Amino acid sequence: MEVSAPDIARVCKPGQFVIIRVNETGERFPLTIADFDREKGTVTIVFQEVGKSTKLLGTLNEGDYILDFVGPLGRPTHIEKYGTVCVIGGGCGTAIAYPVARAFKEAGNYLITINGARTMDLLIYRREMQEISDEFYETTDDGSCGVHGFVTTVLGDLIQQGRKIDLVFAVGPAIMMKFVAKTTEPTGIKTIVSLNSIMVDGTGMCGACRVTVGGQMKFACVDGPEFDGHQVDFNELLGRLNAYKEQEQLALELWEKEHGGSA
Amino acid sequence: MSEEKKPKRQRKPPTKKVPMPEQDPMVRIKNFDEVALGYTPEQAIEEAKKCLQCRNPRCITGCPVEVPIKDFIHLIVEGDFMAAAAKIKETNSLPAICGRVCPQETQCEAKCVYGIRNEPIAIGRLERFVADYAREHGEELPEILPKNGKRVAVVGSGPAGLTCAGDLAKLGYEVTIFEAFHKPGGVLVYGIPEFRLPKEIVAKEVEYLKKLGVEIKCNYVIGKIRTVDQLLDEDGYDAVFLGTGAGAPNFMRIPGMNLVNVYSANEFLTRVNLMKAYKFPEYDTPVRVGNRVVVIGGGNVAMDAARTAKRLGAEEVYIVYRRSRKEMPARLEEVHHAEEEGIKFQLLTNPVEILGNDKGAVVGMTCVRMELGEPDESGRRRPIPIPNSEFVIDADTVIVAIGNSPNPIVTQTTPGLELTKWGTIVVDEETGRTSRPRIFAGGDIVTGAATVISAMGAGKRAARSIHEFLSKKE
Repeated sequence: MEVSAPDIARVCKPGQFVIIRVNETGERFPLTIADFDREKGTVTIVFQEVGKSTKLLGTLNEGDYILDFVGPLGRPTHIEKYGTVCVIGGGCGTAIAYPVARAFKEAGNYLITINGARTMDLLIYRREMQEISDEFYETTDDGSCGVHGFVTTVLGDLIQQGRKIDLVFAVGPAIMMKFVAKTTEPTGIKTIVSLNSIMVDGTGMCGACRVTVGGQMKFACVDGPEFDGHQVDFNELLGRLNAYKEQEQLALELWEKEHGGSA
Repeated sequence: MSEEKKPKRQRKPPTKKVPMPEQDPMVRIKNFDEVALGYTPEQAIEEAKKCLQCRNPRCITGCPVEVPIKDFIHLIVEGDFMAAAAKIKETNSLPAICGRVCPQETQCEAKCVYGIRNEPIAIGRLERFVADYAREHGEELPEILPKNGKRVAVVGSGPAGLTCAGDLAKLGYEVTIFEAFHKPGGVLVYGIPEFRLPKEIVAKEVEYLKKLGVEIKCNYVIGKIRTVDQLLDEDGYDAVFLGTGAGAPNFMRIPGMNLVNVYSANEFLTRVNLMKAYKFPEYDTPVRVGNRVVVIGGGNVAMDAARTAKRLGAEEVYIVYRRSRKEMPARLEEVHHAEEEGIKFQLLTNPVEILGNDKGAVVGMTCVRMELGEPDESGRRRPIPIPNSEFVIDADTVIVAIGNSPNPIVTQTTPGLELTKWGTIVVDEETGRTSRPRIFAGGDIVTGAATVISAMGAGKRAARSIHEFLSKKE
């Protein structure tokens, strides 16, 4: 979805995010900026319709307005020439991985990308990713496309083959990032993950997104969203991400009832 | 024994304030409607008549914005409530708010001469009464000076920013307020609960500012989308006022702080107040409150969080505070209201660990009993743990209300701004001037977390000095 937001498009950088509230009764939630066009003054967001808020956002048509669109928030990705960089995108995370991968490529890195999803239909940015990559891999949990398995299957193989990787950048579901970090940990390959914590304000005010990184409390919204994957306490993050599971389910059910089954 | 026996002069017994009607505690813990209901005109006049109309009134010296208290009370006695409201608004642009949330007992009412022998005149209740009366009866706009062609940017729409913006607009400045949230009001909308300060009142005060010509840009995070320097150098603002508040929540350095169902008071209150989680699922933002809630802290925010939790249906709500009742920073009235509502106080108690289960959810909190030692730098007696006094409070929700630090987003992106070691902005107290020319600051971003009225006082002083500065520049 492309959103006209000239003031944000003018200054945003890869890795930063926006906070969205779709309508007056809506909740505030973060989405990482997938792309932007400074000249057109637009910001691209990519999201999977999993809960009420994203489904609501999905009902908007061209020309509609998003009530609140705040950004750019968080720190941008640190891009430099490391040598060989492996960028991993899981599900919707691939949309965020793409501009980061492009920036790493433009900085002169040898670029390996691994694009993973549950099933083929959920693989996105396939052509775009392939075009900019020196090596490109796809994985699906069900084997409907590419390697049958997880992104870590491919990553583990690369490491096993003794490939020299200088940096891994992973963005996707928390559980995926956890296992990517676990895979690289014994090798000591620097691994950056982009966290998707629950947030309210996104400006360091509520502390909902706090996470333990290297034994210290960090706020994903202002200190992140990107952190050293080997330092992140993923179990804590996973617990906090599930804090509102019941309420989210209830909101979704009510919404679907109102909108005649699955929208 | 030559002196004649004089008949003993009969002194009247000390009087009390005319009581203000309130919702019954058992009723109000089931709703978010305002607790205090306000005076009727008759009650207001009865209370106002007690005022001695001192030749040298002391009450005004206790007011950070110097409201002409004696004069407005006199106008109430005369029944001219509209004039009384206009009188207050000469120096205080947010009286309906101050009448509700000011700590009068340590300010104006503490200085009241009548209060030496009696309960002081209920200045706060009277202020609230006339402000509400005027709002409901359609007050007129004050005189606004013609536009002078100068522009001022105000960052943050809390009490400091609103006051500064209002004063400058009246002086003919073109004022734009930048607010990070989607709704203006700062702590007045995200922090202070509906039952203490109805949001409609804040909205009306904001409307009033807009009528004065103030432009408000919401969803605009200065420091991210634009820097202060860009506002000054590229966007054509002649001066900037920073009223960004103390928005970053403090947590304790004890195990279990990041468990699920441990909230900062900021998060908890923002979810409920600003995002209206108390109306979930009508509103989408959820909040979780279990049956046994522990609030850590002894300030107004702790009372707000505890009373909010009660209203959301928690059976038992505890305040855990490490000093004794005497040292609690909360207003007396808030403590009293909390007690009436059944909030339980665990005083001289300090948390040492929050306990969780295998899912990362809170199941209890280990605390230690404290005793008071010698006074520390803050003048309050320092709490010291009593050895081997640990005990566990069963709890399923913990709310941390131990204060806030300044939000660094603006200060970190404004080079050359002198800060203290706590991250607050260094200013000249009288003028609000920072170490950078054309940049002024006031409120919690300067003082650290304080009161609404002190922030308003700072906004007011800054407006005056911005006016002086920009007038001289010509």
